[in-house]
Formats: sequence, structure tokens, C-alpha cells
Amino acid sequence: MTSTDTTQPITAPFLSLDAVRKTYPGVVALDRFSMEVRPGEVIGLVGENGAGKSTLMKILGGVTRPDSGTITVDGVAHDGLTVEQSIGSGIAFVHQELNLFENLDVAANIFFGREPLRAGPLRLVDRARLRDMVAPLLKRVGANFSADAPVASLSLAQQQMVEIAKALSIKARLVILDEPTSSLPIAETEKLLDVIKGLKAEGISVIFISHRLHEIERVADRVVVLRDGTLAGTLAKDGINHDEMVRLMIGRMLKEREKAGEATRAPGSVALSAEAIRTSTYPDRPVSIELRRAEILGLAGLVGSGRTELARVLFGIDERLAGSVTLDGKPLNVTSAADAVANGIFLVPEDRKLTGILLDLSIAQNISLPNLPAHARRSLVSTGAELATAEKQKKNLGIKAPSVLTRTGTLSGGNQQKVVLAKWLAMNPKVMILDEPTRGIDIGAKAEIYGLMRALADAGVAVLMISSDMEEVIGVSDRIAVMHEGQLSGILDKQDFSQENVLLLAVGKKPKLLQAAGGVQ
Amino acid sequence: MSKKDLGLLILILVVGAVVTAINPRFLSAINLANTSNLVALFGILSIGQAFVIITGGIELSVGSLIALLGTLFIDFIAVRELDWPLAFVVIIMLGAVIGFVHGWLITRLKLQPFVVTLCGLLIYRGVARFYTADGTAGFAFGQNFPTLEFLTAGRSYGLPNSFIALIVIAIVMWVVLHRSVFGRYLYAIGKNEEAAKYSGIRTGRVIIAAYVICGVLTALSAIYFAMYTRSISPASHGQFYELYAIAAAVLGGFSLRGGEGSLFGVVLGTVLLQELQNLVNLLGIPSSLNFAVMGGVILIGVLVDQQWGVFRARRRMIEATRRNVAGAPAE
Repeated sequence: MTSTDTTQPITAPFLSLDAVRKTYPGVVALDRFSMEVRPGEVIGLVGENGAGKSTLMKILGGVTRPDSGTITVDGVAHDGLTVEQSIGSGIAFVHQELNLFENLDVAANIFFGREPLRAGPLRLVDRARLRDMVAPLLKRVGANFSADAPVASLSLAQQQMVEIAKALSIKARLVILDEPTSSLPIAETEKLLDVIKGLKAEGISVIFISHRLHEIERVADRVVVLRDGTLAGTLAKDGINHDEMVRLMIGRMLKEREKAGEATRAPGSVALSAEAIRTSTYPDRPVSIELRRAEILGLAGLVGSGRTELARVLFGIDERLAGSVTLDGKPLNVTSAADAVANGIFLVPEDRKLTGILLDLSIAQNISLPNLPAHARRSLVSTGAELATAEKQKKNLGIKAPSVLTRTGTLSGGNQQKVVLAKWLAMNPKVMILDEPTRGIDIGAKAEIYGLMRALADAGVAVLMISSDMEEVIGVSDRIAVMHEGQLSGILDKQDFSQENVLLLAVGKKPKLLQAAGGVQ
Repeated sequence: MSKKDLGLLILILVVGAVVTAINPRFLSAINLANTSNLVALFGILSIGQAFVIITGGIELSVGSLIALLGTLFIDFIAVRELDWPLAFVVIIMLGAVIGFVHGWLITRLKLQPFVVTLCGLLIYRGVARFYTADGTAGFAFGQNFPTLEFLTAGRSYGLPNSFIALIVIAIVMWVVLHRSVFGRYLYAIGKNEEAAKYSGIRTGRVIIAAYVICGVLTALSAIYFAMYTRSISPASHGQFYELYAIAAAVLGGFSLRGGEGSLFGVVLGTVLLQELQNLVNLLGIPSSLNFAVMGGVILIGVLVDQQWGVFRARRRMIEATRRNVAGAPAE
């Protein structure tokens, strides 16, 4: 490792990788990769989806053997680790998906399978001793819950602390946290970052994998960036910053980082107008909203504020309890998604894998599904027409896949989302509703999806984008509507865009507007 | 033809060869004609079931429906002396209506297919028994319907006409299931109904249509069964036939979760089931063991299929690793 310029290593590295290479059929997952981890060091590991992070984790966990290269743990060189060697040398993982028994209590989870037993043939668990063993572990992770609390009653961050305590219980010397914060709210994230600092203070090394770069900025001593299976660069403590990490991750500078670009034309007439809509989640809160052509309307608000429910009613999935909808000035009665689709109102749903695409079908079959009669002659599917549409969309949207016959289940999140967009783009949308369109998608694909949304708006489509990502809402929208507990609490025009204003509206307070005649209702 | 179907076909041929070796009468013209007639009757029924299973549903009432519709058909032409083509149309329509009601209860009122059709199973059996006052429906002495009898129980070029009907139905339904827009919708709904709905498919209508198809094909096979037995005691006629149909679909590669299976597979599944029945008779196995043999073979078949899948996945992995190792030095 030549590019590090931290203070002279006083201690030998706990772990070092040298020229590690791993290939899968057709793919080089990791190539000439070298890094080292010193005791008590926090390493931020970043990279886009598919950059090789999971392969690296599998190698460290002993799940796969590298094709070549050396792994040195505690001064002993190996060609590859076994699972036993990995655990035995004190490498512990905390995965994004937690492996806890929710029906058992904290202590039982931490020492599962290794419970202290009482003397006697019945092998009864020695509860008192178990508690004594768990207490110091919980203290080390700064837990604010007791050893006999059922795991089901804990918050996500607390459950992660249990996982870390479990790692400590096997005398871990390196804890690898794989996207631990991706599902945590802000306050909980803080606690977790404190735990990482605590581990560091004890001399335990940490590899911290996260897509949230500002968290990496805060805790990492060094950042290792992976790109296309190779080491894209290493940033030392004082060189860690957001832009540099992004540049290394995608190999170029994103000029319009996380922005869709400015609108090139003024918003047009009202395309879809919803008047006093009531949803079954908030039956006593009518919502009125207007979507204009050639405009991206951001819809912000806290989780549970009724945004998704509004989208589902507009798309005909949920029943509209009251209110009226007009499309191009004409009354429209949408009672099913099929009605919405027939009228050019499309939804890119929040849950891509469950409702956005059919994972078992091919790209081509997914794209043609909503418009199958147009790809058929006398009710028989024309595979030729279907493939032609799919090829065109694959090219237009830059869907990365071996062919349009590839199962969508094998694609990355970003490419899956492009397939969802492709099926609607193939059909001339009038109104496009996107619910959390970039959730779980890496930065490169994100920018492309923003570009597509802007292109849609430029083509005269009314775009409604629901998003919980503040930067995204402010960077992409032309106007921002904010919901609070089932009601529209206000609409912000461009000059009033700020995180503060969106947050104020989201909690039901008045925003600080430049002009008195703001859009607050 | 998929590998699964091919495997099933080979199994059918192997079992056939073994049975022939023990008892050459297996290949006699009379035995083949009899067996192919039964394959046709159960095949039509099983194809209907397959359309429901592909949506992730199930239709348990078909056995009772065969009793009820068969009883009604014989009653219409033998007792009420309706023209048989009219009776035929009425029975088919009844099958369609019953299928529609099932589909409607399942999609609109959100009842579970198992529950709806289980109630159907009980209701239709009860109605059939009540209709004949627990007696037997049959033809009077000397009653003849030459055209109908030719179409249902007759033969052309040595083939039972029922078997020819099965071939025609199988081809038509193959096109519907594997080539039509409707067939694609069926697979999509079976794989993920929610996602299909979000793609703008009117999933309710498609599912109802599947139950209507099942109802119509069940009614058709009810007429064939009625003309085959020529006398129906509704208490037992058609009993367990729903399970034959489900077993044929499962053997043919259909998943009860929906979204998987081929038409050729369900026909082959029926052939295998009938071959097993035939085997029990020809090899002198006590007929009381009939169900046990069938259950055993289905269990083994499903097990082998599943283990084969596991084996192939493992082999693929080993091969991939070997390629890797071979390719690594060429860096």
C-alpha cells in the first residue's frame, strides 16, 4: 500500500491482502486487489453495486477462495481462508440483514449454541452465569437495553448492537459492518457510529461498508474505494471527502451530481388534477394536487405521511373513497391499474421486486407485459415484435444485461429499475408517477434515472416523484409538494427550496418563504 | 419440449417396456384402446385443472361436478328426452357458469380457492345425490344415440374418438397457454399477481377466465365419462377425480404456487397415471393397492425431479469452478 500517508505504522497490520484475484464465469470480480487493516483502524469501504465488495467479503469470511493472491492474518500467510480460519482469527461480520432470533432474548441470541450450562445430565442453561457474561459485552457496545429484553422489542440499531456484541463475544479483532445504517433513521445511526468509535478505542479494527458517504467521512481513518473489481484508490484521513469518493467510485466527476438538470422549458398546462381525494389510510383528510405537463413535481414528507397511498389511488390500485380526478380537463374515473394504464398514467412503484417487475420473466417479457396486445397478432404474442421493442428500450435506457432474454431477477437494482421505466416509456406516458425511484440504486444509475425523468418532463410528460431523499427532492424537482399526516401541507417553488423548508412542512409547520404569496394552503 | 417433459416421456416409455416384458398384453390393441380412452377422459379434465393451477389456484370440485353434470346430462337425454346437442350445450354452459361463480367468489370476494372449491365439492355431490334421490341415472333398455355414442365412445382409424378429441383440445389449449396473450397473462399472474396488476393487467378477469375454462373442460369430460359408464350412481361417480387431475398436473411439472408448467407436461402426467392404473391390473397387483401405487410413484417422481435439480445446480458450480481454475493462469 503505497498511497497511504497516515503516520508510520507502529504496529504490524492485523490483516493484509496482496494481489488478490477472483473470477466467476465471464466476470473478473476482483483483480490485483491489495489492502491492509491495522489494529484499531476504521476502514471505510465504498464502491458501486457490483464493484467487488461482496466478493471481498466472501473471501474474508472464508466462503470463497481467491484464484490467486495472498491473505496474511496476524503475520501468517494463506492462499485463502476457510470459514473456520476466518472465525478463528477473530474476523466477525455484521450483515445488513440481521441474523437474530426475534423470539429469543438478547442474552440467548448472543450466546446461542454456546450457552453456559449447569452441572447435571439435563444440560440446563445457567441463566445467572449467562447474564454475567452478557453484561460486560452490552456495556462495551453502549447498549441501553437489558440482556433479557426480547429481540423483537428492540429497534433496528439496538438489534445491530446485539450483533456487534455477538461479534465481541467471540473475541473479534476485526468487525466488518456491511451497510449497517442503510435502514436506520438518523438518530439511530448516531448511536451506531458511536459504537464504531468505541470498538476503535479498544484496538479492534473495523471495516465499514456504506453507501452513505457522509457517515464514512465521519468515522473512517482511511477509505478504500473499489471500482470494477480493482482498487480505484485509497484516501487517507485528511483526504476523505464526499466528492473525491464519488470521483473514485465512478471514475469521473459527476458534474451535475444527483441532479436531473434544469428544466429547459416552462411548465405546461395541468395534465392531471385531483380534487379532494380521500384515501383509505386517511379517510378524513382530502388531498388536492395538480400535476403539470413538462414539470417534475417532487412529493416529500415523512414515511407514513400518505404519499404512497395517494399514488396508489391515482394509479387505481387502491380505492378512491371520495373526490374527483380530471385528465387533460376531462373527468376521469380510474378504478383499476388497467384503467390508469389505458389513460397513460403510469406508476413506478416503491417496491421494485414485489410490484415493479416480475423477477422470473425476461427483460423483454417484462417490457411488453403492459402493452401485450400491441405485440400480438390475432391474440397470439409476436415474439419478434416483443424483442424489437425490448432491444430498442434496452439501447435507449442503457440497460446492462447479456440480452433482452435475461431474467430480470439476475439484474442489479439499477438495471431492474430501468426495466420498470422501459415498460412505461415504450407506451407514451402522459403522467408518470415514480415512488422512491432510486432507492437502493448506485450513484451512476441514479444519475441516469434522473436524466430520464428530466427527458420525460422535457417531452411534455407530467412527472410526480415521491422521495424521502432530501438531496434528491431538492436537486431534481421543479416544485416540491410536501405531505404531513395525510394532508398536503404546502407546495414550494424553486426559490424557496431548502432542506429546512421541506422539513418544516413535513412536520406540519410553516416554511420560511421569500415571498409572502407562497404556495402554502 | 422441456427437459422435464422429456424426462417424463422417458419414464412413461420405461415403465411401458417393463410392463410389456412381464405381461405382453399391455401392447395389445384392446388394452391400448382402453387405456387411451381413459387417458383422453382424464386428460381433458386435467388440462382444465392445469389452467387453474397455473394461476396459483386449485379446483377441488371437479370430481363432484363430473357426477352432477353427468347425472344431469343422462337425465336430460334419457328421461326428459331433450335433443342431445341441446343437452350438450346446456351442460357446457352450466360448467362455464359454475366456473365463473368460483372465479368471481375468488377474485371479487377474495375467498381462497381451496375453500370455495371445497365447498363446491360438497355442494355438487349433495345436489347430484338429491337429484336422483340417491338412485342411479342411466339409459332405458333400447335407448340409442348413434351419433353421440360414435363421437364419445366410438373409434376412427382404430383410435378412440375421445382420444382424438383430447389431441385437438390439447393442441388448441397449447396455443392458448403457450402462445396467446391470455396465456402470457396466466403465467405472469401465477408468478406474481401483484406485479401483474401493477402492469395494468386486469388480473381478476384473467383468473375468472381460467376457472371458466376449467368448468367448460370439466363439463366436457363429464359428458365423456357419462357416455363411458352409461350409468351413474352420484354417490361415487367421479370420486377423487379432482385428485387425479391435480396429480397429473403436478407430475407434469406444474407448481401449486403457480406460474410453472406446460400443457404437454400435464398430458404426459395423465398418461403416466393411467399407465400405472393399467399396470396394477395387468401385473395382478391387488387393486386395493391402486392408490398406494399411484401415491408412491408421484412421491418418487417429485423427489427425483427435485434432487435432479439440486444435482445439476451443484454440477454447474463445479464446472464453473473448474473453468475458473483453468482460466486463472492465463492472466
